Amino acid sequence: MDINVLRGAILLVLIFSFIGLWAWAWSRKRQSTFEEASRLPLEEDNGQIPNNEGPDNGKGSEPC
Amino acid sequence: MTYNDKVVKQFVIATILWGIVGMLVGVIIAAQLWMPALNLDIPWLTYGRLRPLHTNAVIFAFGGSGLIGTSLYVVQRTCHVRLISDKLASLVFWGWQIIIVAAAVTLPLGWTQGKEYAELEWPIDILITLVWVAYAVLFFGTIVKRRVSHIYVANWFYGAFILTIALLHIVNNLSMPVEIGKSYSIYTGTVDAMVQWWYGHNAVGFFLTAGFLGMMYYFVPKQAEGPVYSYRLSIVHFWALIAIYMWAGPHHLHYTALPNWVQSLGMIFSLILLAPSWGGMINGIMTLSGAWHKLRTDPVLKFMIVALSFYGMSTFEGPMMSIKTVNALSHYTDWTIGHVHSGALGWVAMMTIGSLYCLIPRLIGEKKMYSIKAIDIHFWTSTIGVVMYITSMWIAGVMQGLMWRAFNDDGTLTYSFVEALAATNPYYVVRLLGGLLFLSGMFFFAWNTWKTLGSKEMKPIPASEPADWGEHA
Repeated sequence: MDINVLRGAILLVLIFSFIGLWAWAWSRKRQSTFEEASRLPLEEDNGQIPNNEGPDNGKGSEPC
Repeated sequence: MTYNDKVVKQFVIATILWGIVGMLVGVIIAAQLWMPALNLDIPWLTYGRLRPLHTNAVIFAFGGSGLIGTSLYVVQRTCHVRLISDKLASLVFWGWQIIIVAAAVTLPLGWTQGKEYAELEWPIDILITLVWVAYAVLFFGTIVKRRVSHIYVANWFYGAFILTIALLHIVNNLSMPVEIGKSYSIYTGTVDAMVQWWYGHNAVGFFLTAGFLGMMYYFVPKQAEGPVYSYRLSIVHFWALIAIYMWAGPHHLHYTALPNWVQSLGMIFSLILLAPSWGGMINGIMTLSGAWHKLRTDPVLKFMIVALSFYGMSTFEGPMMSIKTVNALSHYTDWTIGHVHSGALGWVAMMTIGSLYCLIPRLIGEKKMYSIKAIDIHFWTSTIGVVMYITSMWIAGVMQGLMWRAFNDDGTLTYSFVEALAATNPYYVVRLLGGLLFLSGMFFFAWNTWKTLGSKEMKPIPASEPADWGEHA
């Protein structure tokens, strides 16, 4: 295969991954997750973090 | 479970200490450029040996301690877990300090690899690699143990900084040791230059940009008491920034033996970099939308917003200077030095200072530093100092560039080099004063930190429970 075909293909892959990244970041499905994620730096000062009781995602059950 | 804030406090103190030391050395060499006799004819105090000491001290000792310290604070808070190991944390702190002291001893002795920002000789390079791996294990290990499913964007930036610096450091420092203080690079000629500036520019991109953007993404929302303007924009500009920075290095080698197409490639990528850079700047500044009135009363926020403004200015100036025809004028002049300090003092130092003013009182469970007035004084000394520094270097740089390329009708140079140097001298005085002003503010910083932390016991702060959204996500 001609090296220039490969170069063109890589360029297309990169362009479409970039567009895909936009679409992924702006998708409605992600909106609420991102909104909550953006509050991560603020949680502590509120002191209003709900306690994670009972079985959960397996990451929060260890004793403090 | 409590947070490990001991290591954070150690790094905070190291940041302030090395900031003062590094900037003091900068002031000394600025004075030497104005009056060369100030090296007192002592070899250890000559410009050629002190200049790498200055750059290493401010970038790796001041900036590095600030980055490592804040990253360890942020990763614990946003993952709601303690660092995986206290011993490893101590090892990273003391290891990093030993490296700094080794640099401060060997550079004035004249040990150097002759690579800008990578002057340190091979035994220290090996030590850096070991400490950096320990830091990476500590940081990523803590992320693996996190109690919320999402990894906050600040950690992505800190993570990119840690991984990339490991890669850059190892590749650029590959060398053949001859004796304890001397080695030769395994690369030769143009390839050596290209590897060096691939390293050099990515040190700017990942150490001085990505790392400090991580700091920005945690501390600006924290201080503004509101979430970041657009979380989605932060994701897009993160991937765009790290994908593009890698290719911008050749702009340091315009009009050299480097193949012309590589120079053009470096220029194009540098121009594209404007977009993701400004994505970060806009995201940071707009975080304050709806809360602009806080700037009137909160000098900590002023530090952060002015830092972001300087970030926007220098990431506009950088792409412009990478255009080959502009570079033909600006390269090798003091314009470059002005540009670097617009980034290093305006963006890096002011973002670090602002973030630490936000972090320090929280180490003892408070929200404010001992003296707000002192922060305000520090803000103005810093801002006026940077402006004096960069404007004098802009004027000096453009003047030098024009004088160097002025020709007479018969093809001879209009000005000798020393004539351009003599014309620069007054601007060196203004730069020295700007640097002194910036340094003076650091003493207010040290005093204020002492008054805030000095007498108070650090209470272990319990790790807060993660909000429950994490388990569904």
